[in-house]
Amino acid sequence: AMGAGAALADYDDDELVIDGVKIATKVPAPPGHPLPEIVSGWRFRSDETQALEADDFENPAMVAVDYGQSLWDAVDGEAGKSCASCHGDVEESMKGVRAGYPKWNEKAGRPFTLENQINACRTENMKAEPWKWESREMLAMTALVGKQARGYPMKIQKDGPMAEWIEKGKELYYTRFGQLDLACSNCHEDNYGKMIRADHLSQGHINGFPTYRFKWQGLGSLHRRFKGCMENIRAEPFKRGSDEFVALEAYLAVRGEGLGIETPAVRN
Amino acid sequence: MAAPRILTAAALTAALAGGAWAAETAPAEVRFDGSAVPQRLTDAPGDPARGRAVFIDRKLGNCLACHANSDMADEPFHGEIGPPLDGVADRWSEAELRGILVNSKKTFEGTIMPAFYKDSGFNRPLKKFAGKPILTAQQVEDVVAYLLTLKEE
Ligand code: HEC
Ligand code: HEC
Ligand code: HEC
Repeated sequence: AMGAGAALADYDDDELVIDGVKIATKVPAPPGHPLPEIVSGWRFRSDETQALEADDFENPAMVAVDYGQSLWDAVDGEAGKSCASCHGDVEESMKGVRAGYPKWNEKAGRPFTLENQINACRTENMKAEPWKWESREMLAMTALVGKQARGYPMKIQKDGPMAEWIEKGKELYYTRFGQLDLACSNCHEDNYGKMIRADHLSQGHINGFPTYRFKWQGLGSLHRRFKGCMENIRAEPFKRGSDEFVALEAYLAVRGEGLGIETPAVRN
Repeated sequence: MAAPRILTAAALTAALAGGAWAAETAPAEVRFDGSAVPQRLTDAPGDPARGRAVFIDRKLGNCLACHANSDMADEPFHGEIGPPLDGVADRWSEAELRGILVNSKKTFEGTIMPAFYKDSGFNRPLKKFAGKPILTAQQVEDVVAYLLTLKEE
């Protein structure tokens, strides 16, 4: 419901609790942050959509999480291993992990998204084929691993080699693209809380991905959402997994620092 | 238009019908007087009914994405990003409205409102839109004609 605290912008005061775990959907912004307060996209959704995410029995993404669990246990590749062979119980080994991604990978010399890390384990540790970014398997596995961080505050490494990626992402965030000539900031910083035709603009945070969207009738990756936002402004999108989208993801992880992971979130 | 044109009877008929024959000013040739554009972009006058449809159409003006408009109260979902356009013809002249449509950034520096009649200078435009303006010259004239009907008195 639209709450009284919506003085600055139109989002509600509801609190998100899933399975007894309270998830931070609004946190104070540190000094110098471009937003007055950091608010999850969940607060901008209707009560009905919010309720679906708040109840694991109603959340339509849970089918994919179950599929992720079966993949976790399945032997695949020439090394004859499953994820479980090395990592054991996903609920133990992957606790909180997603909240620290993207994460610098020394060997690759670049930040790894969760997708990158999973595929590195598949190709190097399992000698299996990598999964495609938007495949059913990758979405299920990122949802399963992501869910183990539910409620953990997003917080990634910001210094060292991550710094220039974050800076590059920030630059992209404020760059106008496409025939409509808009930057991410024009919608998600300057106008969040307002309606843009039928859509209620949020701050565009990443703490819920992969996310179940009614529009997609299924789960979609964060980079799919980036692509969609770019196409909406009639811009040629960057590719999923591209340096540009990884940089944007790293910047947005910093921009939303402190928000609780909601994976798998539900959005319209 | 750099200079008045002499039209043949056939061309004039086509132009009045809003056909492809209508002489029109290319985006790069539009002449601004400050931020206003005094001259029509086509020889055919704008049609307010067509302009109203362009205003609503999500693939054309999609003006309703950002502007509420009481004249369209029957349409669902009016945006809140820009000011409501009720009575806009009382606030701006025809030339000013044309200027806002062609390139709003000349009127409102740094605005979020797209330029509707500009075909270059974009960063990574989708291939199918590259080198093209969002609206045709005639559609701009149609929307201007429609906006001029929005009076409150
Ligand atoms: C023309 C407006 C517009 C622009 C420009 C735009 N977006 Fe969005 N974006 C939306 C809308 C509308 C939604 C769906 C409602 C919401 O959550 O804000 C959305 C949703 C999102 C979400 C999902 C938020 C959630 O809680 O699930 C992310 C992430 C996002 N955008 C990132 C970006 C990035 C990065 C850019 C720039 C490359 C961008 N957007 C540019 C309109 C825009
Ligand atoms: C043969 C062993 C092995 C297998 C099989 C394996 N991994 Fe890994 N995984 C590792 C090791 C070792 C690491 C430590 C990081 C590294 O490799 O650089 C790791 C790291 C990870 C991480 C990052 C954890 C963190 O704290 O950042 C994730 C996520 C992950 N694995 C997921 C998977 C998934 C999903 C599968 C199955 C598809 C899988 N792994 C299969 C050995 C394995
Ligand atoms: C993405 C948002 C957006 C879209 C789409 C948009 N506008 Fe605007 N428009 C604005 C904003 C914001 C302003 C206010 C100027 C400013 O401060 O930037 C504005 C201002 C105006 C004004 C001046 C209004 C006044 O009362 O002073 C007119 C006229 C106008 N727009 C017409 C249109 C028309 C016609 C269309 C469609 C063909 C359109 N706009 C599409 C955002 C938009």
